[in-house]
Amino acid sequence: MTARIGVVTFPGSLDDRDTQRAIRLAGAEPVALWHKDKDLKQVDAVVLPGGFSYGDYLRAGAISRFSPVMETVIAQAKAGMPVLGICNGFQVLTEAHLLPGAMLGNNHLHFICRDQKLRVENAGTSWTADYASGQEIHIPLKNMDGRYVADERTLDMLEAEGRVVFRYVDVNPNGSLRDIAGITNEAGNVVGLMPHPEHAVEPLVGSGRTDGLPFFTSILKKLVTA
Amino acid sequence: MARVVVDVMLKPEILDPQGQAVQRALPRLGFEGVSDVRQGKRFELEVDGPVDDAALARIHELAESFLANTVIEDFTVKVEDEKVEAGK
Repeated sequence: MTARIGVVTFPGSLDDRDTQRAIRLAGAEPVALWHKDKDLKQVDAVVLPGGFSYGDYLRAGAISRFSPVMETVIAQAKAGMPVLGICNGFQVLTEAHLLPGAMLGNNHLHFICRDQKLRVENAGTSWTADYASGQEIHIPLKNMDGRYVADERTLDMLEAEGRVVFRYVDVNPNGSLRDIAGITNEAGNVVGLMPHPEHAVEPLVGSGRTDGLPFFTSILKKLVTA
Repeated sequence: MARVVVDVMLKPEILDPQGQAVQRALPRLGFEGVSDVRQGKRFELEVDGPVDDAALARIHELAESFLANTVIEDFTVKVEDEKVEAGK
């Protein structure tokens, strides 16, 4: 049976369609979820896509965190369902306290859009199994509020437990502490990252690389073997 | 009716580039002697009914869970004078 992967659309989501397309290209069935619905339509995993949900009013991701769909996503994530948060989705995951730390405005105050080099630090999560630890990849990055912060104790804990999943290489584009681009929760089923793997899944588009596709094939493999 | 003010500030150890940008602009405008600026948010809540301990407790909870992100921000809650428009 084909794996069903839900993609939540909040008011202001921008990358929900690209994410659905990436899921389809990886061989799974994308399922559109609406922010007002508590029902997850029996999906096997959920992606919170990029964009500016609720206009990023108050703080990025702060209002979406209280949407009806998140009530179910939070409960299911705690029960072990794989959840990936990309960019705004990562912000929602920190606001929901499914991931530690918080996201703040870029240290240079500018919106940034670039092809970003990353190092995969942890290939053991639900969403990174098709990478190799230490592998370097290029995927697009575009954000205003991409500065990852947490207190020293939390940062040390993330490092010690191998929960820093991605680090920026060569350039730190937003002032994120310890060059952190993505992290995971203790169980490894919830992953958040600022750059956009869903924009690097077809050779004809963008930089011509498909370095983002393994995210969506990793989760397929995980769901098939689960 | 009463007004309750919730002030939210980034914690002291968190870099505030907006505040820094403001501070750096000050000498150009002729304001000298300001060595640091930090920028925060102020929420003014118009509350129906009396602001008793129970109401304040609820506002405190609202501030802690929603208006502020306590991972990065501190907040204060204070009740303003009930006749805020007077004297303006």
